[in-house]
Amino acid sequence: MDQIAFIAEILLPALWGGFVVTLGLIAWTAPFGVLIGAVVAVGRVYGNRPVRFLSRAYVTFFKGCPLLLLLFILYFGLPSIGISLSPFVAAVLGFIFCNSAYDSEYIRGSIRSIKEGQFTAGLALGMTRGQVIRHVILPQAMRRSIPGLVNEFVYLIKYSSLAYMITVIELTGAGKMVATRYFTYNETFFVVGMVYLFLVTLTTIGAHLLERRVAIPS
Amino acid sequence: MDISAILIDWFPFLVTGIIATVGLVLSALGVGFVIGLPAAIGQVYGSRPVAFLINVYVWFFRGLPLLVLLFLFYFGIFPAIGLGDVSPFIVGAFVLGLHGGAYQAEIFRGAILSIGEGQMTAARSLGMSRTQAIRHVILPQALLIALPGWSNEYPTVLTDTSVCYAIGVAELLTRASVIVSTEYVAMPIYLACAGIYLVLNYVGMKGLHLLERRVSVPGFESGGD
Repeated sequence: MDQIAFIAEILLPALWGGFVVTLGLIAWTAPFGVLIGAVVAVGRVYGNRPVRFLSRAYVTFFKGCPLLLLLFILYFGLPSIGISLSPFVAAVLGFIFCNSAYDSEYIRGSIRSIKEGQFTAGLALGMTRGQVIRHVILPQAMRRSIPGLVNEFVYLIKYSSLAYMITVIELTGAGKMVATRYFTYNETFFVVGMVYLFLVTLTTIGAHLLERRVAIPS
Repeated sequence: MDISAILIDWFPFLVTGIIATVGLVLSALGVGFVIGLPAAIGQVYGSRPVAFLINVYVWFFRGLPLLVLLFLFYFGIFPAIGLGDVSPFIVGAFVLGLHGGAYQAEIFRGAILSIGEGQMTAARSLGMSRTQAIRHVILPQALLIALPGWSNEYPTVLTDTSVCYAIGVAELLTRASVIVSTEYVAMPIYLACAGIYLVLNYVGMKGLHLLERRVSVPGFESGGD
């Protein structure tokens, strides 16, 4: 079969559904990843001993456990203790755990980079600790974390493909089905790869724009 | 049968999986180094077309998911060039190496660029050729600077090796999954598997920190020029 015709008439329409699922995985994961990442980071810097210990354990476990294994635990492991998740939910949960652990490292670094005098100044103005963290520290720290968070977002785009291993038919899964059926591995995975490259490149460009938009003059 | 008996029964089976995983990590880091370092040198000192080609390589292998790369090489490229019989382990190590090489190139490039340009000029004015200057002046310093960043590749590659499950490499996760589907106990096996990964991670990082301390040159921290 003509390759161009194959790509245009069979491959691309078949990939479309998977592409939408991939976008869904990313859209559900990223906001929760950043949110939980921020909570864990604040816990590690300002928490009391048990909180610090717990948040550290969280990061160590989810950074050290391979994501694919984590997905297996959530999808194949949890039913044995009576919790059954749909493949999509299991994938999003796994991605959130992994993503938030990495995000928290960047946010923690940014929090540490903000001078301690700011915290003291906030308290001296009569703010509570919580208020200082929310209104003084985090707005600055989150801005400084943007390059790191974007980096993690790019990773998220790529490892969303692992959802296929727990039967979520996202972009890679849709590609695998076409490739197996028509025996066109080279064309199919090259095109699938190009779609990911497109998403990654688009993110990098978007990130530069975002950074400029939220930058504080001087 | 209770869990400890299962784990003891399958212990040798798991250990061969651990050996395969460690083998994948070492060959991936090795292949990545062999590709990444020359790529970084080419990016910084190469002619325009060379630097451009290397940039394309880095962009491509950093932009594609590892799973897609594994499928592309294992089912597509290797059979297409007549290497369809190559074992999944070799394909996995090769693809992990190509993937890691793109990341390592970025690490080494940053380290090379952090060394003051005056050093190159000084070496040239002492009569060294460009190659000599790179080999005897730039690289010894750049490698030292790159080491901490390079160490961070280890945990990433370690967790990445598990993706080779998808092409049937008999590494740790694959072995654990075999046990799960034979014994019908999922959670304890998977958690034990996660524990093994955490131990491998910890041991490797300890080793790399020792190496960092051993090769550190007193008073040499930034790039110094």
